[in-house]
Amino acid sequence: MSIATTLEDAATAGCVGTAHGCPPSDFRYIIDLVEPGSRVLDLGCGDGNLLLALMRERNVRAEGVELSEACIQQCVAKGLRNVHHGDIDEGLADYADQSVDYVILTNTIQVLHRPLLLIREMARVGKKCIISLPNFGHWSARAQLALRGRMPKTARLPHEWYETPNIHLTTITDFRDFCRAAGITILREIGLRTVRNGQCKTVKLLPNLLADAAIFLVEG
Amino acid sequence: MTTATANGATAQAASVRWRQREEVNDVSEPGSVGIVETRYFTFAEPPDQMPLESGQKLGPITLAYETYGELNAERDNAILVCHALSGDAHVAGFHAPEDKAPGWWDVMVGPGKAFDTDEYFVICANIIGGCKGSTGPASINPATGRPYALSFPVVTVKDMVDAQKRLIDHLGIERLYAVVGGSMGGMQALEWAVSYPDGVRLVLPIATTSKLSPQAIAFNEVGRQAITADPDWMAGEYYGKTIPFRGLSIARMIGHITYLSDESMHRKFGRRLQDRAEYGYDFVTDFQVESYLHHKGDSFVNRFDANSYLYITKAMDYFDLGRAHGSLEAAFAKTKARFLVASFSSDWLFPPYQSREIVSALRKSNIEVVYAEIQTGYGHDAFLLEAEELTKLVSGFLKHGRDEQHRS
Repeated sequence: MSIATTLEDAATAGCVGTAHGCPPSDFRYIIDLVEPGSRVLDLGCGDGNLLLALMRERNVRAEGVELSEACIQQCVAKGLRNVHHGDIDEGLADYADQSVDYVILTNTIQVLHRPLLLIREMARVGKKCIISLPNFGHWSARAQLALRGRMPKTARLPHEWYETPNIHLTTITDFRDFCRAAGITILREIGLRTVRNGQCKTVKLLPNLLADAAIFLVEG
Repeated sequence: MTTATANGATAQAASVRWRQREEVNDVSEPGSVGIVETRYFTFAEPPDQMPLESGQKLGPITLAYETYGELNAERDNAILVCHALSGDAHVAGFHAPEDKAPGWWDVMVGPGKAFDTDEYFVICANIIGGCKGSTGPASINPATGRPYALSFPVVTVKDMVDAQKRLIDHLGIERLYAVVGGSMGGMQALEWAVSYPDGVRLVLPIATTSKLSPQAIAFNEVGRQAITADPDWMAGEYYGKTIPFRGLSIARMIGHITYLSDESMHRKFGRRLQDRAEYGYDFVTDFQVESYLHHKGDSFVNRFDANSYLYITKAMDYFDLGRAHGSLEAAFAKTKARFLVASFSSDWLFPPYQSREIVSALRKSNIEVVYAEIQTGYGHDAFLLEAEELTKLVSGFLKHGRDEQHRS
């Protein structure tokens, strides 16, 4: 028993460091978008906590893809039964067209090498897709660059420029254009503002300026 | 220069640790199953011989097997471990206190280990065609009173599994909790899921494939040619005479090259010389890597039968899980088990893409599967060496399966 505890601790230690993955504050907004009993594929599922929450609250058939070995171990230790070690930058060739109800990509699009390829793949595999992203158009990011002349850091973008894994940062407005160009329809858009204690509030007014993150429900 | 010295020192320290581990032999140490005994089960007595995939029949068949832990009252905690090419039924613990080393997967099987013998009843049987107590080409054919040699029928992985099923039935186990195996053992685990869909709950194929690559078949064939080209092989009729020492030794040397990786050879041997400070300018062993292969080849000859090597490598070559069903997906159509598939990044004999093919087919068949590719430099041997990483995966997988089993 002590071994199991130690192992879970060890696995956690290796997994929390991943740059991507869904902050727990966003869970309820994503859960609200998912119909009960559906089939869900979480790309870059990290420690598996979003999938576990979806299983608990929406009784989904959960499936995850994750690049980190430590995260895979942790997902298994938590009882996830469909987790695959893989690199989503290579696409989703193993997944048949429209085979999943929701393909989820949380806080990960900015680390992908080929976001356009993946979003098309997501729209092919999923009947609907849920994508969350940090908003580089947030006023604080704009101010840091415009007024202080420094690379922006925000609650959602905490890395120094020289160690950030983020190579494809976007704004909410840019992402809308991107979806239009990719032939993807935005069904819902939720702007989020990080407040104290890592909690979030929704932003309705001027989201590209006032939201530091956004969640999109889209379909291909 | 400093780096070289540091590396040398590290290598030396590692080698000392390795030797110490080999020498530790405290049968009462925590985590060891202690002293164990091989048992034997004989079945398929004529005229009820076991039909083989080739159409031939074999019987009587004896299986050598070992068990660890206790079968519970519900008989639902049994785990079958399937061994690889040169393995045997002796997975864990010691046969006698003076044994040099414990069973071949002692790092994974024992109290508190990944296959926790406090929780599970672990079984391992020597395969048919083998030479470690189960019926194989070196066994006496009761019909003639002489060793079978090449009159032993060619057996397949499915035949090995069919024989294991008879043993599991004999032990009174209706459904195994799990079947696990690495390399050829993984082939058997896959075959279990396909041949006996009601016979197993969890399947753990490790460092394996649904069919060997032509490259792997090629290495097997060179090994077989080394044996059959040895004049002492005498068309397999060497029992009681000189054994084909050179041929089998070379076959094993080739095998060992395929179990390592470029990286692990660099780390283990580098270009270091063996027992000499300068090149000898002769054909006596110069390099440590040569010495290692000679040692592995020669020690193998003392514990393995050359004909068994021919039969078992042939069984591996023939294994193609999807072939009889049209496709791998079709093969899994009736499978009810769920899976943990693990591969190793530097394994070029059973490369990760082959595991991904299995995972892909399982997914398409709507079977639940966890897939992990473990980063390692050890090559194919990693399935015996990366115990820590494997334990993290396996113990979580088994534990949650058990919780579900209890709920249902």
